[in-house]
Amino acid sequence: MIRELSFNDLLYLIAAMRWTLALTGIAFLGGSLVGLSVALLRVAPFAPARWLGTFYVHAVQGTPLLAWLFVFFFGLSIVGVTVSPWVAAAAAYSIYAGAFLGEIWRGCLQAIPKTQWEAGASLGLSFMEQLRYIIAPQGFRLAIPPTVGFLVQLIKNTSLAAVIGFIELTREGQLTTATTFRPFTVYLIVAALYFALCFPLTQLSSRLERRLHVAR
Amino acid sequence: MTYSFQFRDVFAAWEFLLDGLVLTLELSVIAMMSGLIIGLAGSAARVYGPPWLKGIVAVYVETIRNTPLIVQLFLIFFGLPSAGVKFDANTAAMIALSINLGAYSIEIIRAGLQAIPRSQIEAGQSLGLSGLQVFRYVIIVPALRLMFPALASQFVLLMLATSVVSQISAQDLFHMASIIQSRTFRDFEVYILVAGAYLVLALLFRLIFAGIYHFVFARR
Repeated sequence: MIRELSFNDLLYLIAAMRWTLALTGIAFLGGSLVGLSVALLRVAPFAPARWLGTFYVHAVQGTPLLAWLFVFFFGLSIVGVTVSPWVAAAAAYSIYAGAFLGEIWRGCLQAIPKTQWEAGASLGLSFMEQLRYIIAPQGFRLAIPPTVGFLVQLIKNTSLAAVIGFIELTREGQLTTATTFRPFTVYLIVAALYFALCFPLTQLSSRLERRLHVAR
Repeated sequence: MTYSFQFRDVFAAWEFLLDGLVLTLELSVIAMMSGLIIGLAGSAARVYGPPWLKGIVAVYVETIRNTPLIVQLFLIFFGLPSAGVKFDANTAAMIALSINLGAYSIEIIRAGLQAIPRSQIEAGQSLGLSGLQVFRYVIIVPALRLMFPALASQFVLLMLATSVVSQISAQDLFHMASIIQSRTFRDFEVYILVAGAYLVLALLFRLIFAGIYHFVFARR
C-alpha cells in the first residue's frame, strides 16, 4: 500500500537513530576490547605476538565489512547457532572496529619516545608497568582526536547493518521508501540525520587535534 | 552439530565470480582515477581558490564525509530517478564511488598542499619559475609524495567499499556471491571465498601503490 509521506515518518526516522547510536555504542565497546588487545600485541616485546597482531589487522582491513556481516549472519546459522541481526552485527562490528582502533592506538603508543620506556625500565618497572604508568597516560591524550574521528566512520558504517535486516536509520529509510515511494525525499532526510550525528563529531575531532598541537 | 564444507558448487560458478571480480576492479580503478582528479582540482580550489569556491568545495567535502556511502548510493540510484535523472546500477555505482572518493581525496591532498611551507613557494618564484612551474614542481609533486601513503590506504578502503554497490544490484563480486549463495545455499563457503578474494585484491593494490611510490616519488 502506498501512502503519503507524513510528519510521522520523519519522527520514525529520528527515532530509528537510537538504534544507529546503540549499535555504534556496542561496536565501540567491543571494538575497544579487541583494539586494546591488538594494540598491545603490536607493541609487545615478543615477535610472534607482534606478527599475530599484524596478521589480524591486515586480514580485517583487507576484507569488506559487508563480508564479515554476512559471514556472521548467514554463516553461523549453518553450524546450528541461530544468530539474530543484533548478535551478528555486534560481532562483525567489534572485529572491524578492533582492527582500526588497534592500529590507531598502536600509533599513539609508538609516538611516545623510546626514552620514556627506557626511563621506566631503569626505574625497575616491568613491561606492563611501563605501559600502565608511563606510556598509556601519555598515549591516551594523543589517542582522543583520531578515536573521535573513527567514531564518525563507525556511525556511518553502521548503515551497512541494514542489509542483514538490522533496523536502524538506513533500514528505516528503506522501509519508509517502500511504503511511501518517495526515495529522494526519504534518503535526503536520512542523509541529513547522519550528517547531524557526524558533523559535530568531525568538528570536535579536528578541534581536539588543534588543541593538542598547541599544548605540545 | 557438525558441518561439512563443500566448495564444489561454489567453484562451479567461477564464471560468475570472475565477472563480478572484473566489475569490482573496473569500479575501483575508475573511481580511483576520477577520485584523484577531483581530489587534485578540488584541493587546489580549496587552498588557492576564491572564497566562494572554497566554500562550495568545503560543503561538498563535509557533506560526503559525514554521510554513509550506502545512503549516497541509494540517493543516486533510487532517489534521482524521481527527479528525472536515471542511471543503471553500474553507472550509479561508478558515480557514487567517484563522488565519495573525491571528497576524501580533496581532504587528504589539501593537507599535503598546506604542508608545503610558504618560503618554498617563494624560493621557487625567486628562481624565476612561472606560476605553473611552481605549482607543478614545488607544490603538487612534493604534496603528493607527502600524502601518497594516506591516499593509497584511502584507495584500498574504497576498493573494499565497492562491495556496498551490490546493494543497488550492481553486478560486482559481492553481488555475484549473493547470487551463488541463493542458488547453492553454501553461505559460509561463498562469503569466506569472496572475503579471501578481497584480501588478495587489497594486498595486490597495496603492492602496486608501493611500486608507484617507489618509482615515481622515492627516487627524486
